[in-house]
Amino acid sequence: MTALKLENVNKFFGSVHVLKDINLTVEDGEFVVFVGPSGCGKSTLLRVIAGLEDASSGTVTIGDDVVNTVPPAKRGIAMVFQSYALYPHLTVKDNMGLGLKQEGQPRAVVEERVSKASKMLDLEEYATRRPAELSGGQRQRVAIGRAIVRDPKLFLFDEPLSNLDAALRMNTRVEIAELHRTLSASMIYVTHDQIEAMTLADKIVVLRDGRVEQVGTPMELYNNPANRFVASFLGSPSMNFLERSVPDVPDGQTIGIRPEHLRLAQSGRISGMVTHVERLGGDTNLLVNTDQGETVTVRLFGQDPTEVGDVVRLEFAEDNAFYFNEAQERIFEAAA
Amino acid sequence: MTQTRRIPGTAIAAHAVLITYTIIALFPVFVILINSFKTRRAIFRDPLGLPTEETFSLIGYQTVFKQGDFFLYFQNSMIVTVVSLTLILLFGAMAAFALAEYRFKGNTPMGLYLALGIMIPIRIGTVAILEMMVSTGLVNTLVALILVYTAQGLPLAVFILSEFMKGVSDDLKNAGRIDGLSEYKIFFRLVLPLVRPAMATVAVFNMIPIWNDLWFPLILAPAEEVKTLTLGSQVFIGQFVTDWNAVLSALSMAILPVMVLYVIFSRQLIRGITSGAVK
Repeated sequence: MTALKLENVNKFFGSVHVLKDINLTVEDGEFVVFVGPSGCGKSTLLRVIAGLEDASSGTVTIGDDVVNTVPPAKRGIAMVFQSYALYPHLTVKDNMGLGLKQEGQPRAVVEERVSKASKMLDLEEYATRRPAELSGGQRQRVAIGRAIVRDPKLFLFDEPLSNLDAALRMNTRVEIAELHRTLSASMIYVTHDQIEAMTLADKIVVLRDGRVEQVGTPMELYNNPANRFVASFLGSPSMNFLERSVPDVPDGQTIGIRPEHLRLAQSGRISGMVTHVERLGGDTNLLVNTDQGETVTVRLFGQDPTEVGDVVRLEFAEDNAFYFNEAQERIFEAAA
Repeated sequence: MTQTRRIPGTAIAAHAVLITYTIIALFPVFVILINSFKTRRAIFRDPLGLPTEETFSLIGYQTVFKQGDFFLYFQNSMIVTVVSLTLILLFGAMAAFALAEYRFKGNTPMGLYLALGIMIPIRIGTVAILEMMVSTGLVNTLVALILVYTAQGLPLAVFILSEFMKGVSDDLKNAGRIDGLSEYKIFFRLVLPLVRPAMATVAVFNMIPIWNDLWFPLILAPAEEVKTLTLGSQVFIGQFVTDWNAVLSALSMAILPVMVLYVIFSRQLIRGITSGAVK
């Protein structure tokens, strides 16, 4: 069964075309991540799914029902917001229970579900506190608890980790992944952070300017990007794009090589001078200025003695190279 | 809050400025108060002197309570002010919420139209208002005053509140929508508590002019049973003879309720600022 189906969804704000003909399915139990630079329409798409914005055209189907005209509360969804959006005047318990109370569930059911969710998220001791008395991480857990309690068909996360600091972000990311495994619920997660996308997703949807650029598993997208945008967006440090530095690349084409696929070699095809070295312990990143004036990032595993100012030659395997034409599309029959 | 930035010299200077301002602002009130407890002769001989055993007199207060129904005037003023403020805050906040929250055709022109009232004084329309009140039979009722003051206060209220409401987190309102709260509940339970400081500001801005107004009570409701305090006090100011004792006593007493209301609103104002917001 499909959890969500979008067919030809368009959204206009006035004369601005924000979402362009989006088609997408989310299978039951799937974790789908919408990723893209800011302003690409990913949050708007999430809001259309939630019913906070109406689609200008197209249909949104959640479960078996077309929900275009169904209000958000009746769509069987729950949403976690970037700013937590907890009700400041209610306690943790009431924050989580409000949705169920509004549905008219009996008090016993509300109590039971709230205490179950609190246990799952380690929030039991904070049940009577107000949001102002909680730390950022705790608030985000309450927001997630509020979503769990409603037992929705579809979870929506709108950049839930952006307001947390780095250490907490990592922990919460793991918690969300565990939550997905325990609940085996369908989830849609919006982020601009490619690491969150790669680590959490069953399926990544890359968006740009309101259009779906590519849909696939993280590794499909990493190993087989459809165009230069997807190639550059996923992977860190991001892919190198060279027009002149590699001999035999036809005019107008660009070759893309990931930093981790380059290695130092005496007879390498690219030559240049090291301008910067980042030693991370486990990895060493080199910035190399090629003889043709392009900058290349090289990621070497382990520690490397290369110094700034060294002249180096770089080599790569042809299997790991991607070719792109002038329209930035991928060319599969490389440099014939 | 930030101890490190507090330099003693700056603090003293700041307090000096504030204390000077307070003295200047309170001086007239102080003069009115002390003179209301003096005999007529003492008021004119030594206007700045404190009441002594010889000059102390409650004649002003006695006159005020004897002549005219002071408590009725008081009550009328209170009813008009409180009801008008309630209506201004309620309708002003509702209009502001609609303007800030919903995208509809003519949103901007509507906002401008509502703000126009700030620039055009309502007194220009006095004649038309009087005609309307006559034809609807509302002359010499408190309702007439309440309607006029509500109309007078709304433009500024809408203007200030809509700016504040735009600042309330969209996520919070959307969380409410997903939890199934109606738009009314979102307005009353989520948004209003968060714009409380702005509401208090609007209330304070509107309260004083309404309480002190002489123009509309004189024109729309001059009858004895609906006189407001300001209008009622005018009986002591004659063309040739003014009973200063009575005038000063009436004024002193008129300050009290405004102060009470002000204390209520300013506490709200502080509580609004310090209450935990979204993050």
